[in-house]
Amino acid sequence: MDLHLSKEQEMLRKMYRDFAENEVKPLAEWVDENEAFPEETVKKMAKLGMMGIYFPKEYGGAGADVLSYVMAVEEMSKVCGTTGVIISAHTSLCCAPIYENGTEEQKMKYLPKLCSGEWIGAFGLTEPGAGTDAQGQQTTAVKDENGNWVLNGSKIFITNAGYANVFVIFAITGVSTDKRGRKKKEISAFIVERTDPGFSVGKHEKKMGIKGSSTCELIMEDCVIPADRLLGKQGKGFGIAMKTLDGGRIGIASQALGLAEGAIEETIKYTKERVQFGKRISQFQNTQFQLADMHAKTEAAKWLVYSAAMKKQNHEPYTMDAAMAKLVAAETASDVTRRCVQLFGGYGYTREYPVERMMRDAKITEIYEGTSEVQRMVISANLGVN
Amino acid sequence: MKCIVCVKQVPDTSGVVAVKEDGTMDRAAMATITNHDDLAAVEAALRIKDATGCKVVVVSMGPPPAEGMLRELLAMGCDEAVLVSAREFGGSDTYATSQILAAAIKKIGVEDGDIVFCGRQAIDGDTAQVGPQIAEKLNLPQVSYVAEINVEGKDVTVKRLLEDGYMTIKVQTPCLLTCVKELNDARYMSVGGIMECYQKPLEVYNYETLKDDPLIDVTTIGLKGSPTNVYKSFSPPVKGAGMMMEGADKATVEKLVSILNDKHII
Repeated sequence: MDLHLSKEQEMLRKMYRDFAENEVKPLAEWVDENEAFPEETVKKMAKLGMMGIYFPKEYGGAGADVLSYVMAVEEMSKVCGTTGVIISAHTSLCCAPIYENGTEEQKMKYLPKLCSGEWIGAFGLTEPGAGTDAQGQQTTAVKDENGNWVLNGSKIFITNAGYANVFVIFAITGVSTDKRGRKKKEISAFIVERTDPGFSVGKHEKKMGIKGSSTCELIMEDCVIPADRLLGKQGKGFGIAMKTLDGGRIGIASQALGLAEGAIEETIKYTKERVQFGKRISQFQNTQFQLADMHAKTEAAKWLVYSAAMKKQNHEPYTMDAAMAKLVAAETASDVTRRCVQLFGGYGYTREYPVERMMRDAKITEIYEGTSEVQRMVISANLGVN
Repeated sequence: MKCIVCVKQVPDTSGVVAVKEDGTMDRAAMATITNHDDLAAVEAALRIKDATGCKVVVVSMGPPPAEGMLRELLAMGCDEAVLVSAREFGGSDTYATSQILAAAIKKIGVEDGDIVFCGRQAIDGDTAQVGPQIAEKLNLPQVSYVAEINVEGKDVTVKRLLEDGYMTIKVQTPCLLTCVKELNDARYMSVGGIMECYQKPLEVYNYETLKDDPLIDVTTIGLKGSPTNVYKSFSPPVKGAGMMMEGADKATVEKLVSILNDKHII
């Protein structure tokens, strides 16, 4: 595996860093305190092509690769976990399934507007009774006499929901019986627009972290959509959801990676300034060893994340790689941010410094787009351990 | 119409300034950036491009690694780049540099309606001489310290930023403007721009390319052609912490006046 960044990737990293430092970091505290979706930042990112980084130019994308997208999520998350997940959910969970499963007409209709940031995208799989057990879906889609689909049900914890214009939604379109006579729900994927009749955005969740990310409920009450909104083949929705989540996990792993790196950067700076017992606390071996461990773990996570991104780019199987990247990066982010708060001491617990925010933001990376336990299930299944 | 922008890669003086034992600046040991005033000039040209669709050509004299900076400017939206680079050009002072850059700009070609942009000055030399000298050598009208630009057909109305106020001047194209960083905030490179920047044309002008221009002569370029000699570069000694006085009462003011008097400041 060649992990040398190309000249373009080096340049992208520099641009992302400048942008994060000048445009994202100054707002991060405000976004968190006010639970505010950073609309203006999203517009600025869109203008720079950051809402469609790895999609081809013919669909309005910037024509870069998956690793270039990963680095964008990483660099934004270093300073603001909210901003990182906005790009990740939009790109991995909405643009990607449309790009990978859509008809040419669907791609031409949705991708240019999504990649330009004119529209924001979201993904609706989770339901009150269907979290890790994604097969437990209750939302239904039935064809009416005009050939339209009529959707009924609700989705919860939907990232970007309050600001999204396009949603990739999963619903039951039938029940099939396997050879042994067992009944199995047939799940299909649909593209739903915010303005579709019968569609509404419900309760906004109050969260521990990534507070500026708009997490809401979606309600579909006799929501009528045209027949051409079916995404992929009828009955193939579960596979589309799982494949989409494989890609999404690389995005969340990048967010976790960025959070860990950002917390380490802040902590190095602080420990060089903070004096106790007549010494800078960076001079104490505990500080040195803690930061050495944290950096080593974070670098290890980075290799897993970048490797999964490159495998996706090269169309190699990457399900297990994405699961390993997310598992390790998320657990590293939680561990590292918690230890950073400890090194800051009492100040770390205050909202005067960003590490407590980073610790709150990091926790979700172990939960959404597949919990760490789900990642372990994916990895062990790939190892044939059953 | 087109815009030609002169740009310099300079050491990043916000970090550590490295000085060699002989007193000259150790450029290799320092990070580099695009000179701030020059970035404002690039942004000004790109805004004219946004409005009119004109072409923007960036030109820089420097060692081969300056290509990296030029690629970044192409990623911001400039169309073409010219790197003026040759051993013969090394060690040039402002006089020799402006000879070479003027020859390079002549080769690019200044036509009716064109605007040549420069930054006011570079943060390493701080002379503010290169832009005006290029204008003289190209026989172009020039306006320096430009802080606002309005282009209407062949007329360019600019606001000059002076120490004690502004001066508004109308000038006709072709002309040369030297820009101050207060003119604008330069845009970021875009993802799409970065993906395209290595496909955009970047030409290298070496001694061979420019040698037939009457401005290029061994007596007018490089170290030999430079009337200026740098005697020494050094980091100025760190100033003391200074003294803070607080209070608005008569006694404090008298004490302050007395201290300033002692130092012959007032």
